[in-house]
Amino acid sequence: MGGYQSVRKVLKEMTPAEVQTLVKDSKLRGRGGAGFSAGLKWSFVPIGPDAATPKYLVANADEMEPGTFKDRVLLEGNPHQLIEGMIVAAYAIQASISYVFLRWAYKLAAQEITKAIHEAYEAGYLGENILGSGFNLEMHLHTGVGRYMCGEETALLNALEGKRANPRAKPPFPQVSGLFGKPTIVNNVETLCNLPHIVNNGLEWYWGLSKSADTGTKLYGVSGRVKTPGCWELPMGVTIRELLEEYAGGMQNGYLFKGLLPGGASTDFLVEEHLDVPMDYGSIQAAGSRLGTGTMIILDDQTCPVGFVHNLQHFFAQESCGFCTPCREGLPWVEKILLALDKGEGKPEHLLTLDFHTKYLGPGNTFCALAPGAMEPLQSALKYFREDFERHIHEHHCPWSKSKAWQPSI
Amino acid sequence: MATIYIDNKPYEVKAGKNLLEACLTLGMDVPYFCWHPAMGSVGACRQCAVKVYKDENDTKGKLFMSCMEPVRDNLRISIADLEAKEFRAHVIGWLMTNHPHDCAVCDEGGACHLQDMTVMSGHNYREYRFDKRTYINQYLGPFLNHEMNRCIQCYRCVRYYKDYAGGKDLDVFAAHNHLYFGRAEDGVLESEFSGNLAEVCPTGVFTDKTLKQHYTRKWDLTMAPSVCHHCSLGCNTVAGERYGTLRNITNRYNGEVNGYFLCDRGRFGYEFVNSAGRVRKPLVRSQLPEATDKYTALRAAASAIKAGRTIGIGSPRASLESNYVLRKLVGEENFYHGVSDTEHDLVDMALCILREGAARTPSLREVEKADAVFILGEDLTNTAPMLALAVRQAVRQQPLQESVAEAKIPVWQDAAVRELVQNDKGPLFIAHYTTTKLDELATKTYFDTPDAVARLGFAVANLIQPDSPEVGGLAGEQQALAQQIADALMAANNPLVISGTSSGNERVLKAAANIANALCAREKAAGIILTVPECNSMGLAMLGGHKLASAFEAVLNGYADTVIILENDLHRRAGAITLAKFLNSCKQIIVLDHLHNATTEKANILLPASTFSEADGTLINNEGRAQRFYQVYPTAEELQESWRWLAELGTIIADEQISNWHGYDDIVKAIAEEIPELSGVAATTPASDFRIAGQRIPREPHRFSGRTSMLANHNVNEPKPPTDPDSPLSYTMEGYRGQPPSSMIPFFWAPGWNSVQSTNKYQQEVGGHLKGGDPGVRLIEPAGKAPFSTAVPQNFIQIEGHLYMLPLHHTFGSEELSSHSPSVRERIPAPYVALNAADAVRMKLDEGQLLSFSIEGDRYQLPVKTSHAIPSGTAGLPCGLPGVQFAELPAWALLNRDIKWKKQPQTTF
Amino acid sequence: MLTAEEKHQIDHEIGLVPSPKNACIEALKIVQQSYGWVSDESLKDVAEYVGMSTAELDSVATFYNLIFRRPVGRHVILLCDSISCYVMGYEGIRDHLYNSLNIKYGQTTEDGRFTLLPNCCLGTCDCAPALMIDNDLYRNLTVEQLDEILNKYT
Repeated sequence: MGGYQSVRKVLKEMTPAEVQTLVKDSKLRGRGGAGFSAGLKWSFVPIGPDAATPKYLVANADEMEPGTFKDRVLLEGNPHQLIEGMIVAAYAIQASISYVFLRWAYKLAAQEITKAIHEAYEAGYLGENILGSGFNLEMHLHTGVGRYMCGEETALLNALEGKRANPRAKPPFPQVSGLFGKPTIVNNVETLCNLPHIVNNGLEWYWGLSKSADTGTKLYGVSGRVKTPGCWELPMGVTIRELLEEYAGGMQNGYLFKGLLPGGASTDFLVEEHLDVPMDYGSIQAAGSRLGTGTMIILDDQTCPVGFVHNLQHFFAQESCGFCTPCREGLPWVEKILLALDKGEGKPEHLLTLDFHTKYLGPGNTFCALAPGAMEPLQSALKYFREDFERHIHEHHCPWSKSKAWQPSI
Repeated sequence: MATIYIDNKPYEVKAGKNLLEACLTLGMDVPYFCWHPAMGSVGACRQCAVKVYKDENDTKGKLFMSCMEPVRDNLRISIADLEAKEFRAHVIGWLMTNHPHDCAVCDEGGACHLQDMTVMSGHNYREYRFDKRTYINQYLGPFLNHEMNRCIQCYRCVRYYKDYAGGKDLDVFAAHNHLYFGRAEDGVLESEFSGNLAEVCPTGVFTDKTLKQHYTRKWDLTMAPSVCHHCSLGCNTVAGERYGTLRNITNRYNGEVNGYFLCDRGRFGYEFVNSAGRVRKPLVRSQLPEATDKYTALRAAASAIKAGRTIGIGSPRASLESNYVLRKLVGEENFYHGVSDTEHDLVDMALCILREGAARTPSLREVEKADAVFILGEDLTNTAPMLALAVRQAVRQQPLQESVAEAKIPVWQDAAVRELVQNDKGPLFIAHYTTTKLDELATKTYFDTPDAVARLGFAVANLIQPDSPEVGGLAGEQQALAQQIADALMAANNPLVISGTSSGNERVLKAAANIANALCAREKAAGIILTVPECNSMGLAMLGGHKLASAFEAVLNGYADTVIILENDLHRRAGAITLAKFLNSCKQIIVLDHLHNATTEKANILLPASTFSEADGTLINNEGRAQRFYQVYPTAEELQESWRWLAELGTIIADEQISNWHGYDDIVKAIAEEIPELSGVAATTPASDFRIAGQRIPREPHRFSGRTSMLANHNVNEPKPPTDPDSPLSYTMEGYRGQPPSSMIPFFWAPGWNSVQSTNKYQQEVGGHLKGGDPGVRLIEPAGKAPFSTAVPQNFIQIEGHLYMLPLHHTFGSEELSSHSPSVRERIPAPYVALNAADAVRMKLDEGQLLSFSIEGDRYQLPVKTSHAIPSGTAGLPCGLPGVQFAELPAWALLNRDIKWKKQPQTTF
Repeated sequence: MLTAEEKHQIDHEIGLVPSPKNACIEALKIVQQSYGWVSDESLKDVAEYVGMSTAELDSVATFYNLIFRRPVGRHVILLCDSISCYVMGYEGIRDHLYNSLNIKYGQTTEDGRFTLLPNCCLGTCDCAPALMIDNDLYRNLTVEQLDEILNKYT
């Protein structure tokens, strides 16, 4: 059916090094949220007879970033595409064992992937001596048991090892000491799904797909009070406005656009003035946010921004693994302040507390990127919607809530 | 070496370290929680943040955790940077959101690392106004108290307990800010090293439960450097006293011996000092009232000695000085060792091996660096616990040297190292007759009788060096194992052989010696370490003396009629029948001891001997290291060191030499002069007239309180503080405030560092040796001229109707003094006899049923415990346990069919 | 006691990893499959089988929110309370569930039928609000649909 052509191609016509070069040149960037060059990431894996074995390739299918639902589409709809991409990637780094780390909640995907892996083995695309090339690859489906942290690549490896999903310090990087201490690459599902097409159609074609400096296509999504929320594969670089108005159908009747998180819960707010920014890594970054997963969450004018951010911080505080102090203790504090603001019990100094949290829970100050991610919506909400926060404090109630009077705290 | 710039000043630091260690070694005050010098860095707490700059033009810099940052040449950092300071203060602030306001009632207060770091960070106002999370505490056993609300989730406890000490029953549960550190359910912590949690925990989550019975703030304690008396390793301790009661034992850092840790026996065994069973008044049983004053007792004893022909029985748990003065008093020909003959021979042999052999004995710290270990005939966790802990670190060596070095992961990056290494371990082989807690780490274990263990050992030695005798008739499997062990030892850089006296079998010792000598003959940097039974077994052996059996003979033959027994319950040394005969034949029995026991009951004259915390003295550990322990607090006039009693006796009877001694220093000098091998004893510490800038070294911290009012209920006038004639220490808080010579450090403290972390300030480099060297003087260096022993034993042959009783040891229960400590007593197992599982089936005995047997006429009836390891035809008898009478093991036990059973049906064998 | 079938399944998982301990989460999932939750007894059995102490295994089990260490009803309702479902009004769904089942988050109905738990983003944000009951996903929820959905489960 046209599937697995790229596997055929790489195994028969390309060396692992050539595959790596191809992918690096394609400028494919990680679609899980970090946006790091996939080919460059692979290049740190030791290659050659002295490299530690076995090497591992892991597909990160633990999509739990709030507002993100794009990998589900790929996993339920076309698991063979993922498997094909995984084989290409595994070949490029000479991995012999691979895993799909799938979140618990994607039950249909689990069924489909299990079936697909079985079919791939039957067809000879997995197992030993694939297509007579001498390349071996095992593939296993591993389903998770909860915890957003498992989406962080090093925590995911710990979960695969049967441990608590605390992240690991880097260096050493997983490429050197990953799963069971061996060289490992963890890639997002969408990233891997790009590979077969890059191999089959080449660089020019892939570059040509996009409208911007970043290449290829992207699965974009929109959720919130829009007419037609959904997920669409589009050229990289469509603008926010296009997504919001053309594909998502614009705001529902009775609702006005106030702001959005462009790429999932841990990205900064963008507002009206940014609607014409292209949704690619560089442009969104220049606008002060992150492309992240590329699934937008719309904040409408009927939803309280404080409540919105409170919901996000509740999520982050609850999903903290608890290893490092600022995240473990700071996020619940932030959450409690937002609750107090929500209930009309906020005080001016609370904003100062929120401010120092956004200042200090930055990358490098915490053990992993969860807390810095939590701060992104908070810091941008304080930047763009500070007035709304202040109203909660001065008016002693949430201006969006039904209740008018100030309820003293119990 | 590398040059780094801290706040624009250049410093030379050692390469390969992390930035935190380097700064602390330089004396800089960088706060931290989760890093520990013995456990490396994980980067969890974020307290140690400093600014790191790209180059000299970068003025903004970025915050990095100094514990996770390797030192490199030209690294530019700032500790004083305002953002770094603010961040560090916020970290404390975050911890304070949940930390209870417990300081006033928390045991840790005054010696709390969290308090210290809070002050150091400058955080002083808690902004958080919401609720704090609370936890339910657990019962963890008699040693530690659990107060989870205080936890700052630094992970040190589980890293220490699981990763360092190999414990299984303490872990971290749940996630985010609900993290809980404890057991799966309430229960006694299983690890013999659990007590270190009290020092590893930077807050008051885990605290010393025994201290709670008589709680005292650290600053209120009178403290002195001491040495643990509960096994032969000689770990250094700090003993703290107040109001005449010994309050606690904490670790005294010795970079060669115990490092940062102690075992639970050493930490909690001290309570015997406060026991109601203490001998507090001299007793002269020939008069009424029996309890009397010091001079009456001395006079009575002196006349007994003058009137009779006196012999002296020394003790392996008494100080060198006490034993020496006794020997001087009764004369060398009349000085006997108060140990069983088996033990006497074995310790002598151990000493001979260390003196004459080719391999040197590594210190405990050096054991950690051994990259191949073979243990013969020892259950280290129970006989020398801290040595077991050192072996746990040793099995990490080989992977550290190989795969970790290759991956270029720094050894201090603990989590990364453990992840890379996974379950890889260096070679460890254990050959013993029972299972041990170290078995889980072993490459291979071999369970068989002591003679079979010796045969395996001899085979290994022969394979390494053919000059060492062969073993005939070795089964194929054992031959293969011997080859595997020999290969592993030969492939290592620092192979180590461990054995000892606890199996009671001298051929095991000889085999161990042969292996070590063989390795040295093949030019390997090999080590041999031997455990001996008690804290001064080695010292007693080096002093010399006759066997206990000859002491008995001397009295029974009428050669002597008066005996002085020094700190020894002879019922633990000889069979009941033999001993009874001996004691009944003595005309006068003079006993010096701390606690009432079966021997003191027989004393005609009983003199109260001070315990280790009430005495000055020297012990020699199994390494041959002489270490001094100091008196912590003055005692009543009639409670004094045994050597002082004996010296006073010597003066009264006008012994020429003794009469010329005027104090402790003279005794030490005499020992050093008379016995050349012990000359180093005089160098363990400076003499008692040592002063620094004219000042003594204070036993009390400068914040010691209550001095003027403490004894007001006795006498409102404050008495003149006692002076210490035996040492340069003072009994007050007056004196020299700086760091004294390391053997005299009474407690660790530095400005801003009230907790045990202050030890950093006393070390040459953090985690390394103390400035000026670690305490203790090694007295034995191997001469390297011993020939190979040829005493290869035959295989063990069972005897019908008999069981060969082998000694089993227990951390809690086998050692005499600690067993009197209430907290330790709770941990002592009930008496039992361990039977081979198949034998038990054959003998139709279930677990718990009573087995009747006799050894040399002494009868036993003990419940059976089945074991899959103990060899058929043998059985294990726990040594020293209350309820298990002494037997000189190993020995044949006659299975006794004739004993009338009270409640059990007769078994058929 | 682990059943023979459970042991067989766990053995398969053990075969895929370097050390039995590494298969502990899989083993817990297998046991939870049988009983709906992991009791102290099951925990002990699994720990013994994979060569871990109970503390070590419980340390792993209690980290993950979908390993239940307390009994659950015959069916577990996981209601998404994350951001898109918040914007689209999941609170109405929640309140209806509270009222009709007479329980709150973390509780089980008296007849043992349902346990109600919040869960983070279910990954179907364009169809918010959403919930899962056992392995079934329900999305584009309205309060009106709820009773019919619940009635499917006995």
